[in-house]
Amino acid sequence: MSILAVLEQRGGTWNRQSWETLAAAQQIGRELGQPVAAAVLGGSVSALAAEAAGRKLEKVYAVEHPLLENYTPDGYTAALEQLIRQVKPELVLFPHTYQVRDFAPKLATRFKRALVSDAIAHRVEDGAPVLVRQLFQGKLNADVRFTTAAPNFASLQAGAYRADAVEQGESPVEKVTPELAPGTIRTKPLEPFKEARGGVDLTSAPVIVAVGRGIKDKDNLPVVEKLAQALGAELAASRPICDNGWLPMERQVGSSGQTVSPKLYVAVGISGAIQHLVGMKGSKTIVAINKDADAPIFEVADYGIVADLFEVVPALTDEIQKAK
Amino acid sequence: MKIVVALKQVPARDSVLRVGSSARWIQEDDLSYEVNEPDAYALEAGLQLKEKHGGEVIVVSAGAARAAQSIREALAKGADRAIHIEEEGLDAWDTLGIAGLIAKAVESEKPDLILTGLQSDDLGYGQTGVVLAELLGLPHATIIMEVEKLDGAIKVKRELEGGWFQHVEMPLPALLTIQSGISKLRYATLMGIKRAKTKEVRRVTAADLGAAPAQAMEIRRVYLPQKTKQTEMLDGNPKQAAAKLVERLKFVVRVI
Repeated sequence: MSILAVLEQRGGTWNRQSWETLAAAQQIGRELGQPVAAAVLGGSVSALAAEAAGRKLEKVYAVEHPLLENYTPDGYTAALEQLIRQVKPELVLFPHTYQVRDFAPKLATRFKRALVSDAIAHRVEDGAPVLVRQLFQGKLNADVRFTTAAPNFASLQAGAYRADAVEQGESPVEKVTPELAPGTIRTKPLEPFKEARGGVDLTSAPVIVAVGRGIKDKDNLPVVEKLAQALGAELAASRPICDNGWLPMERQVGSSGQTVSPKLYVAVGISGAIQHLVGMKGSKTIVAINKDADAPIFEVADYGIVADLFEVVPALTDEIQKAK
Repeated sequence: MKIVVALKQVPARDSVLRVGSSARWIQEDDLSYEVNEPDAYALEAGLQLKEKHGGEVIVVSAGAARAAQSIREALAKGADRAIHIEEEGLDAWDTLGIAGLIAKAVESEKPDLILTGLQSDDLGYGQTGVVLAELLGLPHATIIMEVEKLDGAIKVKRELEGGWFQHVEMPLPALLTIQSGISKLRYATLMGIKRAKTKEVRRVTAADLGAAPAQAMEIRRVYLPQKTKQTEMLDGNPKQAAAKLVERLKFVVRVI
């Protein structure tokens, strides 16, 4: 019995979340008294595997095949299915990335299992892991337990575990070559690309005022623009605002936009869905203004005002101008 | 193109949620419900493909009797017919079980394309589409922004993290999970609402489909999250609250 952490790389560069998953695997391993192994997949991953081998692990599996050079759900699922049948882990852990969301449910289905996705914490009860997940966009939490025998599958939310908690060590690398046939890979991925963006770099802004669904209409935007101006802040937004075309995409903060950590982040009318929180919870000071006292944004806020933004934001702009 | 759109009915976005007496789910009695937002975008993508290439859009939804309302809405927007997997207590089924129900319900339709939202706003597992693809033996791609039909195949634009995108090609039949916000959602027209009343809704139960909730995971308890941060709530009327905040921004945060 063991725990297998599946690390993620693209083009020879690690996804940072891999180390958070490894830290979680080591912690759960200690608590369950089980050894921990890691796997990295790709066309040629010897350098990455050697780097992973500098952590305290039972083994690092370097899963290599030319058909794994570019990620495909068919290739990754087949390769990991073979590895899991060989290694027989009790628990397989993934970082909850877009890539994992694309193939891990498929992999779990191969074993007639359900993936416990996007877990934020765990504890051990009666010798078995219980995972904590968020429901209703973070309004409620749920404790989830596996009801099936090994292997079980879970993915972990970005930031839920600390990458710097990974225990260093020295571990052996085992090279694994899965059996993959070109005809079994049905999707053809083309080169990843970035779309031309305007020159807005929110990551270097010391103060950000961000607006969400609570603004209700594009015509109401001047309310927050004035606040941003008074604070000398960059204006940012949650996804729905950019989807509606009310503000350009390059002003979006969150998992599909920019990740920011300014000195001050003022969230106006943003409920705080997890996709937004992961992009801003590292901010030094967070102010939340929302009419719903139960909005998840207040969980990460240092200062909160429960009120109608159309009343409080103009008052705030006024007070700031007076205080200058 | 024969397109199946899988959609879910979820509690309305601004619902006040209370933990139910069993502490395993929420109190459902006094809630209002709506179509899961990402699924509404999947429906929109399906209707646009049909308008461009012809064919049929079939809506499938697994849910309690109340889900009939969401199905009617989809028919009013332009879906041609629907399958309602009518079953109470589906909150006790896991993703594998739900996807199994939908797989059995749509298998005989032999669709060219199955679309669904990338995740639900209630449980948020983000898996039903991918599991469904695996159960039906279809290629898939997730978090899709654009769909272009080729000859017997599709080319899609997939969202990656941090502002990256990627095009992916795959043969049909296939399954896609659609990202929210990729186009403007249409409203149902009066004519559409009228027509929806005459459109076919096939009702089936889990028993009809020969499916049982074989669970691989179980929600043991739901509860309000504990605050991880000390939040200072600033009260008073708007002017007072604003003044309190400005004082802190000036003397504690030092940004003014």
